[in-house]
Amino acid sequence: MPAEAVPETVNDSRRNFLLKSFSAGAAAWLAATWPAEVAAAEAAQKMGAFTYFTPEQAREIDAMAAQIYPTTDTPGAREAQVIYFIDLALVTFAADKQPVYARGFGELSQACGGKSFASLSGDEQIRVLTAIEKSAFFKAVRDDTVMGMFASPQHGGNFRKIGWQQIQFDDSLNFRAPFGAYDKA
Amino acid sequence: MKKYQPSETVDFVVIGSGAGGAVMAKQLASNGFSVVVLEQGPWGAYGHEQDYNKDELINRFPSEEDMLMTDPKRQPNTFRRTASEKAVTGHHSYGCVVGGGTVTYGASSWRHLPWEFQEASLFGTMAGTGVADWPITYDEIEPFYTQAEWEIGNSGPNIKTPLLAAIAQGYPMEPLPLKSSGALFEVAAKKLNLTVVPNVAAIITKPWNGRAACINCGMCSGYGCQVKARSSSAVALLPYAVATGNCEIRAHSYVREISTDAAGKATGVVYFDKKNNNQEVFQKAKVVVLSANGTETPRLLLLSKSARFPHGLANSSGVVGKYLMTGNGGGASGLFSDPLNEYKGCVTGAAILDYVPNDGKGRGWYGGGRMTARGYTSPIAYGLSGVHDAPSWGAGYKKALMEQANRKLYIANFISQMPLETNMVDLDPDVKDAWGLPAMRITTQSHPNDMKGVEFFIEKSVEVLKAAGAHTVWADAPRDATGGAHARGTCRMGNDPRSSVVNKYHRAHDVPNLFIVDGSNMVTGGRNHPTMTISALAFRAAEHLVKAAKSGNVTI
Repeated sequence: MPAEAVPETVNDSRRNFLLKSFSAGAAAWLAATWPAEVAAAEAAQKMGAFTYFTPEQAREIDAMAAQIYPTTDTPGAREAQVIYFIDLALVTFAADKQPVYARGFGELSQACGGKSFASLSGDEQIRVLTAIEKSAFFKAVRDDTVMGMFASPQHGGNFRKIGWQQIQFDDSLNFRAPFGAYDKA
Repeated sequence: MKKYQPSETVDFVVIGSGAGGAVMAKQLASNGFSVVVLEQGPWGAYGHEQDYNKDELINRFPSEEDMLMTDPKRQPNTFRRTASEKAVTGHHSYGCVVGGGTVTYGASSWRHLPWEFQEASLFGTMAGTGVADWPITYDEIEPFYTQAEWEIGNSGPNIKTPLLAAIAQGYPMEPLPLKSSGALFEVAAKKLNLTVVPNVAAIITKPWNGRAACINCGMCSGYGCQVKARSSSAVALLPYAVATGNCEIRAHSYVREISTDAAGKATGVVYFDKKNNNQEVFQKAKVVVLSANGTETPRLLLLSKSARFPHGLANSSGVVGKYLMTGNGGGASGLFSDPLNEYKGCVTGAAILDYVPNDGKGRGWYGGGRMTARGYTSPIAYGLSGVHDAPSWGAGYKKALMEQANRKLYIANFISQMPLETNMVDLDPDVKDAWGLPAMRITTQSHPNDMKGVEFFIEKSVEVLKAAGAHTVWADAPRDATGGAHARGTCRMGNDPRSSVVNKYHRAHDVPNLFIVDGSNMVTGGRNHPTMTISALAFRAAEHLVKAAKSGNVTI
């Protein structure tokens, strides 16, 4: 998904953050396809700026997450708002990963030849990530993206249980047999 | 809860509140003795189990107070394959909360079969190994298996087969649901002529002693049970011990030494009291019961060395910590066309029992094992590492993740392991824990025979999955054990003080008022899954100890 280089400000709304990462056409498509998610993102905008990331850093991590768990014919990390999960994680249970991220922004910039990762084309982004996929930084962002997809929504990601829906995980926590296709009588 | 002063000489101090310690505490307190239970871990949600969380992220990154397992930061351990290697950071962990490992375990509760106590006599031993008969027979322990099953609350199938120990009374209640994995096991079993049984579990399937039946939430192994359906020590035993008015449980109490006097008798224990700034407390006791698990029990004995016991307490034989069996596994995964939804219900499913018997001639290796069905359960674990044959990120990862979700069956095998003198728990010479004590060091390398067993079970798992209709099968690479919560053998039971640590009533040969009651006593490891046997051993040990103590003499 090509991203437009739209400057972020601290006061940018969550919706703007979400939508400015997409081309105008994609943003319209996103709003049309997942109106509830986008509306909720908009409603959530008053939550304010990021806790750990600068807006520029958030945009870079969000772009990485969007390649790690891409939007295909189904929503991806961006729609699941994984960036908010990671931002929160880095000041809570994953605070010990802060140095990995702090170093990682330098490594990422170097791998991008000094450019912003988010400003690269999709193909370029994939090339950069493939080149750094063995690094501690990439592994951290990969694992945090996956956790943001599949942790309970209360932790900031997995928005509207997008991740759980994709792996058909029912979080009812109370089931009666039969459970699956093979134990049906 | 009754409170005792440390200066008060209580009848019994019990170190550890898990499968062994909780039975001892309950039985001793019920017979009128004063008991203090010391648990190194926190309270967990003891008495307010509805507060256990089912949140996978919180469970992965618990706060110190919410931890249910050991904290590798505060309690590091080291690992090496052989004594000639320098140990590296280890990943051994175990339940560490009031109720011990039973608070979070998968609750598989298989009895040993009668012959599993006499494998050396019946099947011979193997040169260079510690395979030996137990000093007790199945008939001696059988009544205590029954007592444990009914007092703790077990569910299981009432099926007669020589592959299961015969149970005269049957299990107290119906087994857990078979699940799709069990149904697929049955498909394979029909083709391969195998015997499938539902899981035998310390999980209740009907209301029992004021506790609710399992609701199949699926957040089972690794989580506390909110409805008290898992018959953990913390809900099935300890509340009854406390209700006698004779038993005090002290959480956050990390024992560093069992103290002895000039005559070589135990006088009590020294522990760090976390809620009191880790101050040292000396609890006086007439008798010490050590039930700290198959790895912490030998470590504590080795930490308790003195001029009189220079090689560690109760270690004149030199075998404290030796003959460690952590358990071997390995298996295979199969992908099916339709959803199994294995994340629903108890993590451990049905079992195939045909390879439990010792058939050295037929299979070319000594021992046996139990095949069990397990699915991929929780979403984060699945996302991080549950996808086969796919990249770890990107569109290909996402596609495979969505396609494989809920369609996999994993067969986990629980395989016998030779007790070897060279496999051991001892004290690391360099690494210290947060209290400044030497960290646990684990040395373990399976006998080549056992690796044949692992390979055998991986092959059999592939065969079963194919017969069940899996369209894709992935075999695990054979891997040797490195540690784990099923540690056994490190304070073996025996009649000869020169080659064992405790006698058949669990009294330390060297210390008349020290009893060791946990997985460390197991001479041979059975087919892994030790908890039911630990419970039965403890009920048996308690009966003898109560009789002896009532007659004023614990030196049975």
